[in-house]
Amino acid sequence: MTAAVAFLVLLAALAAWWLYGQRLMSRPWLAAGIVEDTGGLAHMPAAKVGLGVFLAVVGALFSLFLSAYTMRMQLADWSALPVPRILWVTTLLILLASAALVWAVRSARRGEKERALDGLLAATGFGSAFLGGQLIAWDELAGSGYRLADNAANSFFYVLTGLHGAHILGGLVALVAVTVKLWRSPDAAAAQLPVELCALYWHFLALVWLVLFAVITGWAGDFLAVCRQLLS
Amino acid sequence: MADVPLDRVAETAATEVEDLTLHHPHSWLTRYVFSQDAKTISIQYTVTALAIGFIALFLSWLMRLQLGFPGTFAFIDAAAYYQLITMHGMMMIVYVLTAVLLGGFGNYLIPLMVGARDMVFPYANMLSYWFYLLAVVILLASFFAPGGPTGAGWTLYPPQAILSGTPGQESGIILMLVSLIVFIAGFTMGGLNYVVTVLQGRTRGMTLMRMPLTVWGIFTASVMALLAFPALFVASVMMLFDKIFGTSFFMPSLIELGTPLDYGGGSPILFQHLFWFFGHPEVYIVALPAFGIVSDLIATHARRNIFGYRMMVWAILAIGALSFVVWAHHMYVSGMNPWFGFFFATTTLIIAVPTAIKVYNWILTLWRGDIHLTVPMLFALGFIVTFVNGGLSGLFLGNVVVDVPLSDTMFVVAHFHMVMGIAPVLVIFGAIYHWYPKVTGRMMNEALGKLHFWITFLGTYAIFFPMHYLGLLGVPRRYHEMGEASFFPASAQMLNAYITVLALVVGAAQLLFLFNLIWSIRHGREAGGNPWRATSLEWQTPETPPPHGNWGREQPTVYRWAYDYNVPGVAQDFIPQNMPPEAVPLGPRPAPGGMS
Amino acid sequence: MYVALALFVIAIGSVVFHLLSPWWWTPIASNWSYIDHTITITFWITGLVFVAVVLFMAWCVWRYRHRPQQAEVLYEPENRRLEWWLTVVTAIGVAAMLAPGLYVWRQFITVPPDADEVEIVAQQWQWSYRLPGPDGRLGATAIRHVSDDNPLGLDPDDPRGADDVMVQGGELHLPVGRPVKAVLRSLDVLHDFYVPEFRAKMDLIPGMVTYFWLTPTRTGTFEVLCAEMCGVGHAFMRGFVVVAEESDYRAWLEQQQPARPAAQRAVPVIAER
Repeated sequence: MTAAVAFLVLLAALAAWWLYGQRLMSRPWLAAGIVEDTGGLAHMPAAKVGLGVFLAVVGALFSLFLSAYTMRMQLADWSALPVPRILWVTTLLILLASAALVWAVRSARRGEKERALDGLLAATGFGSAFLGGQLIAWDELAGSGYRLADNAANSFFYVLTGLHGAHILGGLVALVAVTVKLWRSPDAAAAQLPVELCALYWHFLALVWLVLFAVITGWAGDFLAVCRQLLS
Repeated sequence: MADVPLDRVAETAATEVEDLTLHHPHSWLTRYVFSQDAKTISIQYTVTALAIGFIALFLSWLMRLQLGFPGTFAFIDAAAYYQLITMHGMMMIVYVLTAVLLGGFGNYLIPLMVGARDMVFPYANMLSYWFYLLAVVILLASFFAPGGPTGAGWTLYPPQAILSGTPGQESGIILMLVSLIVFIAGFTMGGLNYVVTVLQGRTRGMTLMRMPLTVWGIFTASVMALLAFPALFVASVMMLFDKIFGTSFFMPSLIELGTPLDYGGGSPILFQHLFWFFGHPEVYIVALPAFGIVSDLIATHARRNIFGYRMMVWAILAIGALSFVVWAHHMYVSGMNPWFGFFFATTTLIIAVPTAIKVYNWILTLWRGDIHLTVPMLFALGFIVTFVNGGLSGLFLGNVVVDVPLSDTMFVVAHFHMVMGIAPVLVIFGAIYHWYPKVTGRMMNEALGKLHFWITFLGTYAIFFPMHYLGLLGVPRRYHEMGEASFFPASAQMLNAYITVLALVVGAAQLLFLFNLIWSIRHGREAGGNPWRATSLEWQTPETPPPHGNWGREQPTVYRWAYDYNVPGVAQDFIPQNMPPEAVPLGPRPAPGGMS
Repeated sequence: MYVALALFVIAIGSVVFHLLSPWWWTPIASNWSYIDHTITITFWITGLVFVAVVLFMAWCVWRYRHRPQQAEVLYEPENRRLEWWLTVVTAIGVAAMLAPGLYVWRQFITVPPDADEVEIVAQQWQWSYRLPGPDGRLGATAIRHVSDDNPLGLDPDDPRGADDVMVQGGELHLPVGRPVKAVLRSLDVLHDFYVPEFRAKMDLIPGMVTYFWLTPTRTGTFEVLCAEMCGVGHAFMRGFVVVAEESDYRAWLEQQQPARPAAQRAVPVIAER
């Protein structure tokens, strides 16, 4: 459960940092009167905070899956599957989608509606291509005889990529909705927040994918082994 | 029902505009069924959960009948017994306690107590309830599925949960897992609301340290639930794959009643880690809201500020954080690496310290107070006794080596029913008696309430306290009958019969509550806006019951913390949170007696 | 008044019940009396706390109940000294329970080197046992070897297993006064080997081997129960352990048949691979 606990420690540190600014040591009975709220979140839109909390939940979900993965991996019958080449392409695609969204956010902030639309469309395109690539990877593996129930490594591969793909699919739906909204609205400013939310969600999923990819290829394990050697 | 008219948006203060973009109901259907008002959603959650609670109570009757009088009731065989305990446990823990305390009380109290007009994402909030209802329907459907509901125990341990030696392995287990997944999806939508409303929806002046402890408890529990439920989600998804697609996440190679199966290499312990990574925080997900609510009940009805407010807040946060690193104390005899025992016993016993502080502060709040023995107060007192008893027996089970003889015995059953069964249920009752006048505008009948309290409190204590001793004797849990055993004297079977009779009586007494709940809607005494003369914001709404939007034209401004009772030099024994300092009537304290 | 009285009765009544209860742990038959001592310590500490808390509550409810001539309510948001003092006392109490607990746990998981090995195998819903033969070692096993002729799945190629003694569905005999390491294995689902008189118990898990150890301290026949839910036969999964004097134990062991009679034993090839 190391991955899950590590993720929660990270969240706890963030929470502690925020609580630190909330005057938890103050004696609330002493001061009657108006106290303006302090703390960094006060002026953020609720939707953004909400998305942040949601991403924490998604992060917990994937970190728990990774914990299960690492625990299951240590058992005797584990046999890692070959990494389909196409995953390199899809990794590039998801990063391109992220980059396109960075572009879209910038343009939306500047009020450049057309450019923002371009960014969103590109991201939708790259995102769909990513999903298609993942499906091709599934097809390839299944074709070469790596079926779901043959080995736990296969099972984890399909379940993890499937779960990630489902989140990507949700992101794509949101992207299309925001694209339509921006396209219909007279100026880019109105859609600025939704575009930012899409970008945040997408960057997070891209990060999750990078971690998953590193774990599936075995680099994460190698990296940790090297770290351990350096420490000992 | 006076909604804030949208045409007033222009003339309201800038701080309010955002809140006025509420979803306004336009028809009966959107007002009462597909409502996006947190208060309506709260009532939907509470009523559904209470209904499930009564079903689960009925299931417990049946299993008590079998335990008390084994063999008398032919239709309760071993398989049926396991289905009864499984469904009773899962329903009570997830679909009743979690749903009422977070979905029910969270929805009603968070927006009102922090001075918001509604939850921040009302649409997701509405979906949350409908997902919950769907989960409930799927769960209940398993009673009618071929093979019946799963009898794997509420812990659903593989491999037996999906093998043929266990009832309900045909479809019951699948429906259970799907239902849990739907519940978790629904809870996440609600939980986001509870958390973000506390973070972003607080009204002017409502700093964190001015929030009532109820909000602190529900808020912390919601954060925990958001992070802990994914573990159950992961475990459920993986077990579904093992069951349906034949993967081997949790399934080692094994022989199922003489037939070798295709599984191989999986780890049942992995499931247990995931399950308890959810399961232990779940205990505190239920307990923390109860802690918060009981703090407010005691302060209000003892007319005294909660003692050690800061310590109470810190303790809630400490318990919340620590509860994520104690999960394996459910697994001392599970065969996991025995060296883990040192770590988890230590963290588990450390948690006792902040929990004990909370208990001390409750009773120190009673000390030198002006204790009104109202029905909510009685339930709060009952909670303290029950919770202290259950918490102390937890020190037995958390201390690794003491757990060895006691684990999987009736001692465990008695312990967790005290600490997370009866204790939170007493708080739920107390809270309903307390906030009912706000929800309906009328009081619940006090005499009936007191009768209900005495039967429930004394009855459950008399049920579960002796049950510990069956466990000490060595009676294992999850036995549908003890049968012949050299260490099991006839007197122990008499104790079982006595517990059963008492359980039937106490269970039936809950009908008093149900009757009171329904009868008082029309016939209860008119309550007025603030019958308990309480300080927190929900009692200061301009109308009772509060309409959509809660606050009429202007959201309240908060000037003080939630516990200004009997402040020296003030001419009334409470100061509402939204009373400006200049409006506070100064003078000698009034002679007590305004309210009995 | 009634409330305070009820609380008082609960505090005192619980103690009286505890003292008079005819239901108490079974007379111990193993070396784990340490566990009983730790439970006793825990009972003392928790019992004191319970009585103190409930009696104090009862007194408060009686003394500060709402009355016309009410004493002034104390406005005291906190009392740092009192709170820290209570915290420290609680921490000491907790440590007083935890320290012996961890100390005994260390003994519990540290098997003495001279312990005899016994294998306990569970399946739905029966206990089986395997004792090492004259070579003092148990042979390897695997689920894939399980068959009607080989119910416990002994590896036919492992010479160490040839002289193993198997007890299927019968009684397990143990010599009194000698430490035993019980090695636990399950063929199907989770089980838990539980003899109330031994205090020790541990889950049996398919796919892995668990263990616990004990020294039986008195002779007699003790009931074995399954303490981990294992399906519809869970409550009927019983057995007996007979703890006997060394000589009686030897006599019993002599009568048992080895896994493979000498004639059928495969010629021990090379044990090491």
